[in-house]
Parts: sequence; structure tokens; C-alpha cells
Amino acid sequence: MFPGSNCDRDANYSFEYLGAGTRYLWHQDTDLEGVDVVVLPGGFAYGDYLRTGAMAAYSPVMDSVREFAAAGKPVIGICNGFQVLCEAGLLPGALRRNSGLRFRCMPVRIRVETLDSPFTSGGMWPGQILTIPIAHFDGSYYADDETLEQLVADRRIAFRYCDAEGELTADSNPNGSRLHIAGILNEQRNVLGMMPHPERAVDPAVGGTDGRLILASVLYSLQPAET
Amino acid sequence: MADAATEQPLHRSLGLTDDEYARIQQILGRVPNHAELAMYSVMWSEHCSYKSSRVHLKDLPSEGPHVLIGPGEGAGVIEVDGVAVAMRIESHNHPSFVEPVQGAATGIGGVVRDVVSMGARPIALLDSLRFGPLPGDTGADQAADRNRWLTGGVVSGISSYGNCIGVPTVGGEVKFENSYSGNPLVNVMCVGVVPIDGIMLARAPGPGNAVLLLGSTTGRDGIGGVSVLASASFDDQAATKRPSVQVGDPFTEKLLIEGSLSLIEKGLVVGIQDLGGAGLCCATSESAANAGTGMTIDLDRVPLREKGMEPFEILTSESQERMLVIVKPELVQDAIDECTRLGLRASVIGEVTDTGRLTVTRGGEVVADVPAASLGDGPLYHRPYTAPEGARTVRFADAPGPGTPPDEALMRLVASANIASKRWVWEQYDYQVMLNTVAGPGSDAAILRLPGTQTRIAVTVDGNGRYGQIDPRQGARHSVAEAYRNLCTMGAEPVAVTNCMNFGNPEIPEVMWQFVEAVSGMGEACRALETPITGGNVSFYNQTLDEAIYPTPMIGMIGIVKPGVVAPPAGFQKEEDIVVLLGRTGDELGGSEYQRSILGTLEGPLPALDLNAEASLGWLLRELISRGLLNSAHDCSEGGIGVALAEMVAQGQWGAQIRPEPGRDLIPWLFSETTARVVVAVGPGDLSELMELARGIGIPAAELGIVNGRLLSIRGMPDIKAAEIRREYERGFPRLMGSN
Repeated sequence: MFPGSNCDRDANYSFEYLGAGTRYLWHQDTDLEGVDVVVLPGGFAYGDYLRTGAMAAYSPVMDSVREFAAAGKPVIGICNGFQVLCEAGLLPGALRRNSGLRFRCMPVRIRVETLDSPFTSGGMWPGQILTIPIAHFDGSYYADDETLEQLVADRRIAFRYCDAEGELTADSNPNGSRLHIAGILNEQRNVLGMMPHPERAVDPAVGGTDGRLILASVLYSLQPAET
Repeated sequence: MADAATEQPLHRSLGLTDDEYARIQQILGRVPNHAELAMYSVMWSEHCSYKSSRVHLKDLPSEGPHVLIGPGEGAGVIEVDGVAVAMRIESHNHPSFVEPVQGAATGIGGVVRDVVSMGARPIALLDSLRFGPLPGDTGADQAADRNRWLTGGVVSGISSYGNCIGVPTVGGEVKFENSYSGNPLVNVMCVGVVPIDGIMLARAPGPGNAVLLLGSTTGRDGIGGVSVLASASFDDQAATKRPSVQVGDPFTEKLLIEGSLSLIEKGLVVGIQDLGGAGLCCATSESAANAGTGMTIDLDRVPLREKGMEPFEILTSESQERMLVIVKPELVQDAIDECTRLGLRASVIGEVTDTGRLTVTRGGEVVADVPAASLGDGPLYHRPYTAPEGARTVRFADAPGPGTPPDEALMRLVASANIASKRWVWEQYDYQVMLNTVAGPGSDAAILRLPGTQTRIAVTVDGNGRYGQIDPRQGARHSVAEAYRNLCTMGAEPVAVTNCMNFGNPEIPEVMWQFVEAVSGMGEACRALETPITGGNVSFYNQTLDEAIYPTPMIGMIGIVKPGVVAPPAGFQKEEDIVVLLGRTGDELGGSEYQRSILGTLEGPLPALDLNAEASLGWLLRELISRGLLNSAHDCSEGGIGVALAEMVAQGQWGAQIRPEPGRDLIPWLFSETTARVVVAVGPGDLSELMELARGIGIPAAELGIVNGRLLSIRGMPDIKAAEIRREYERGFPRLMGSN
């Protein structure tokens, strides 16, 4: 959590809903208290002053998160958390103002592009379409051509915005992201950044259940392999 | 004392009358100094003192089985399933006209702090907005481009501030009438929750306790906001008042929410009050007066944003994102440490005393010393009021007129600013954060989970200025009834009201008459529907030059949805469902959207209003919904049956085949805004049960037709494609805003 995070309670609620134990880590903490997964929640860390995620990337807890990620443990950055991961250099590229120049809060469809990550390995199939809400002003993923080629070659694009048939139509891209990117992985595939909010699609009373697949997948990946 | 700039006595420059000035001298037993005069000027302003409205508000119904705290505190509080729910509406009309983004943003900040000051965590925001017509809409005039700019700015202000503080904007309404061209309305409602034993009050008890100021530094922004902006009409020099608009910092607000609630939860504070209108002066004097204590404040210890600020500026600055808390001396360090951990500034600025006086020092010298209670005990006016002679006529040359075929009229309404989908607006709001939003914007009312319970609450805010202009008393009654009906359509039992009364200059007897009538009408309706009023806000001087706004009471209402009850959506969901109209339809086009957009006029009489029928209809809807009989339900109000059906097609998956009531003229049947009506869709097998229940409670129920196909087919007029309705309903508003 950073000062200005505001989806921390929601992430906490949704992981607990799925049976996980959770704890809040404050931005000045350096001890990750032995957690198995780190979630960087959405919001407006440090007010998003300077640039979205820019100041949060330099908070003390991020050094610990870097070590945690380097050790191969799973890290998810959602929305503002994705922006922080990009600013912190844990993920390539950046998130720019939406092409419509307006904040957008709406359910969108995203297509699962790879099963090769702890976040997408459990119970999903390639090309599966998930309906998950977005709520952001700065969600248009940008990276240079070279980086994009690398992401494609490494199959590190986790999710892309699509329509009901899974097609990458212009209307289905809510923010003008390059290659319709909604979420990407790092090289080691243990760090996921995504603009849509899977934690908002866990409890059926308030927004569907497709987000469960992502959160449950990472929890499932922590289980010792069956023998 | 004279004002150098205007050469008139200073008290008049500050908005005080000669009589008020004499009374201040009497209270102090001497001539007030500049700082004291400034303090009285802001505290005795209309905005803070309710000096014109108080005598009329005291008879409103404010008690009921759910009411815990009624009018007079930062927010009203009701009990729902063992949890306290705080509710409050504030206006920020004038600041939003001068600077729409910051005006709207700081309006949110203010009402959120009101709710936090009750110890409650804000869980929802709703906005009720009014602007002049947009370019291309009926009645658009030379102000249309500016109206569009204001609309976009206000929405973006709400979006940037509300989204950042992490409180969802779950509902509201946006409407357009010419009377708001010179004076838009920005009313924000906030709902919060708190355990019943955690409710805080604006009190400064215990002489010796420390007074702490939390949050932002104090600057020169918003000085005299309540007296300069909120308590005077606009002339054509509105732009020169821009320095009186405060600038919002939502990040600090978020820290302030978390800090304040954390201090309360940890038991570190004994009293809390937000700094809003009239700033430090109001918060200190009110909390001391409420507790029967006094207070000393040392201005040297108030963190300032800029150098060289005069005492009166520090005392009356309306810098945003500040909160006053009262802390026992032994807990001061703990409180400061907790704030520091959360990144929030906290400073001890004074001490509670037993003198009953607010004593302000700077550099060791007393700069103001007044009886604390006298600031809040402002003058009380019985302003004269008289009914206006003759109605103001409205004629829009660009309206198509009475010969318009019904299908064209319906499509024009569907795409009009007042009726078209406001998705363009509410997609800019984060309506989901906090994970309580069961039904969000675009529904007849928002439904929220009530944390810690299985119960849900339904919330709506409604107002109708056109109706108010024709008949302010009846218009206010209609607004209460519409809010009530919206909640019932979502399966809720309405239990409490908060309100915001938006009117012109109360010194004009005709405007005062509108206010008196509207307050009285609102009280009657709330009494009849057993929805007590837990508090409210009065916004006067909503006029520019001679033009007052339509009298616009906004009604915020909360209802209870019992566990397990699921509200049906408005849109048609199931083929072969039977479409039923609950309630009877009169020939009542007075004040209607049809009258505005097609005939281009505004004239009465308003539709009749039978509050008993509303209550019976409400019971029937709750019964039908809790039995799970309804597949769709939609309130039938603006635009009548025609618009209700078009919206049910636009928001659903199907068209419908409809037979109008036999022997009726099509136009008045389609577009009359007769009250106490709802359109529902039921499965064929459930129809007889519905009919029986309706008969039992005496609500007429008529089969209108059937859900099917891809057309809205109304006998007596050409069919309209469902896809066409959907397109116009969704694209109408973005088109008027000039963005696609």
C-alpha cells in the first residue's frame, strides 16, 4: 500500500473471499513478512503527482519487492500497481493517457494470450475471453516497436482487449493501448501488470466472477506440485 | 472602519448590513476589529447561518424509527440493520460556474468531510447536476457552448476528485434547462457507514484538551467564499470572483479520510469537525459552542501556505482538506505519531477552555476575542414573500411543434439531453471501487451492499426544476414522490431523506415565496410517505442578474433492501414476457419533457399527485420483487410510457409489441407524466399472481403487450427498430457534448 492507494481493501477482500490469508504492507515497510504473493493495488499512489506511479516506484517497500520478484516469487500490479511496476523498471513500457482523454470505468473483455505464467496457468484456456472491469485515466500501454516485438516473441503479453468474439477490433480497445495490450509479464514471467481489475470480478454480487480465474490461478501455483 | 477600495464602511464590503453591524457592537460591547468583523461576516452569511431559511425549516418532519441523528450535525444518520448510515447533500453551485473543474471537485471534498466528521467511512457519492441547454438541443441559446464547457468541466472535476479518493460515484442525474445557463447546479450527496457506537459529534469538550488541525496548510484560497460567492447573486463579472474558488487536492483528502478515521478508531479524539465554509473560524466556534466551552487559538501555530497572511485571512480561509480534532493532552503525541505515519500533517493550534469565548492570538497578542456561541447565533430573518403574478413564458422556436408524428417525437426525446443515456458522464466515474455497488449509475436507484450485514441500501437523488417553476409546492412533492418511486422500483423500502434546496435571491419576495412553498410541499410529502428529513442544505442566490433559476429542491433518499431481494433490471430480458403498466394514465402533459422538447413550452397544470397511491404502488413493487415475479421494472416518469418503453428496449435484449389503452389519444397516453406508475415485465405464468396482488392493494394493472422481436411496435404509429432506439439513446448525449 502507498499513501493514495484505494483498491487495497478490494484486493484484500477478494483474496480473502478465495480463502487466502492477507496482510497490508505499508510503503515504508521493508519487511515483506514472508508473504507468498505481493499485490500492488490500484489507486493514486502519492496522488499520482509527477506521473502515475512515478513517486511510488521510489518508496522503500519497492526495493523489497524488487528482491522478491528477483527471487522468482509472484507479483501482481493492478491498474495503478501496473503503472508503479513500469516506473520501477520491473516491467517494460509505460501507461499513457487514454486515447479518448477521459477516465473510463466499464467492464471490458480481455483475451488470455498465454498460459505460461502463475497467473494464467490454472483453469484457463488460450484465447479464453474474460469480462473484467477497468477504471483508469492512464491505461494506454505504450512501448517502442522493439520492445513490443520482444514481448510478442517471448509470449509475454498476458491479456489483450478484444470483442465478444475474441477479435481485436478498434472499438474493443478502451484506451488506445498498443497491440491492445491489457496486461504483460516480465521476462521471468513471475511479475504481472494489468490495467483491468480482477479483484472487482470475484464476488458475483458486484461484478462477475472472471477475475477469480486470475487470482485463484496464482494461489493455485503456490500449492506444492502433486506427486 | 472604511474599505479603502470602495470607500464604503468595511462591514458593508464584507456583506454585513448596518443592523447586523450594530448587533455585533452590542455583543462585544465595543467596536469589532477587522478580524472579528470578518469572522462575523462569514458566520452570519446566508450560507452559514441559514438566516432566511431557518424559520421555515423548523417544522419539517425529522423523526422516524430509523433516525439516529436529525438536522443540525455534519450529516444526518439513520440506523439500518444495526449499522449507522450517514447521509448529506451539499451544493457547490457558484464555485462550479466560476471554475467548473475545481468547483465540482471541492464540492465533493466538502461533503465527504462532513460525513467523515461523523466518524463514518464514505461509501458512495451521487451527483445531481443542472446546466443550460447544450448546442443542438431544444432551447439552445448563445450560452450553449459555455454550457457544454461547464458540463464537461464539472464531470471531469467529479471524476478526478471522486475517483482519486477511492469513493465510488454510484448515481445521480444530469438535466438541462435554460434557467441554469447563468447558474448551473452542482449538488453532491455522500453516504457513509459507521458502527452505531462510533458516531462522532462536532463537540470540543473538556477544558484543557488540545485542539489539533489536520491536513493541508492554510492559504489565501477561498477567502470569503461563503459570503462573496455563495451568498450573493452573480452579475456579469463572475470571472473576477475566481480567486474565491478553492483548489482541491484529492490526495491530501484521501490521507485526511484515512487519518481521521484511524484516530477515531484508535480512540484518540473526543471531538471532530471538518473545516468547510468559513474555515477555521466556523470549526472552532461551532465545536466550542456545541460543547458549551471556549477555545484559544494561536495563529502562529497554524501551518500557512504563504507569507504575510493577515489574521482575518487565516481565520476565514477556505483552504480545502482540513479537519479539526480535539485530543486529550496525554494522547496528543500518539495522535501526531499516527498522522505522521499516514503522511498527514497534524499541528496543535490551541486549547479548549471554560470561558465560552473564542480567543485568537498572534505573536502573543489577542487579535480576536468573541463569545464563541455568538458567531453561530446569527440573525434570523422573516423575509417577506408573495406569489408571483403571471407565469414566466417559455417558447422555444426550435421545437418541432404539435404536429410532430408520435414516432418522431419519441425518437427526438430518446436522443435529447434530458433523457438520453448519460453513459458518457458516468463512465468517467469509478462506480465500483469498494466492491459494494450491486446496481450502479443508469439504474432507477443505486444499490449498495451495507458492509457488515446482508442488507443492502438503495440510494437516489431526484429533482425537477420545471415542475418547481410551474408550482413550487407541487413540484417539491413530485420530487419526493419520484425519489420514493425510484427506490421502490429497485425493491427498497424508503426510510429517510436528505435534501438540497436550490433557489434564487431570497430578498426577492417572489423567490422567497417559491422557497416557502417548496419547503412546505417537501415536508407534506415526506410526512405522508414516512420518510423523515435527516438534514439538508439551502443554496440561495442562484441567479445571475435578474434571472433566478427554476426552484429546484433535490431530494436524496435512502431505502432498505432486505437480504435476498434482487432488483430486476430495467431492460427487457426475456422473450414472451408480458408488459404490464402499474398505475393509471391521465391526460397530463403539463410540465412534461414532451412539452419542452416537442411543443417548446412550459406550462401547467402539473400532473396530479396521489401520495397514497405512491405508497400502495411501493408496497406492491416490493412484494412483486421479493417474490421474484418481475423480470424487468422501470419507473415511468419523464417522457411518460413512451420513453419508459424505449429505455426498456434500449437497455435490454428485445423489442416489444404494445397496444395503447383503447379509446385514448396516442400522444397524451404516450407522453403524459402521470405519477404513481411503473412499467414491468413478467413471465406469462406469473401474470395472474401479479394481477391478484395489484387488485388487492387497489393499483390498476393493465397488460400493454409482449416482449419480443427487434422492433418497438406501438399500435397506431410506425414501428421503430430496437437497434435504432439503442443507437440514439446511447449516442444522443455524446453527440450533444461534441465527442464520439
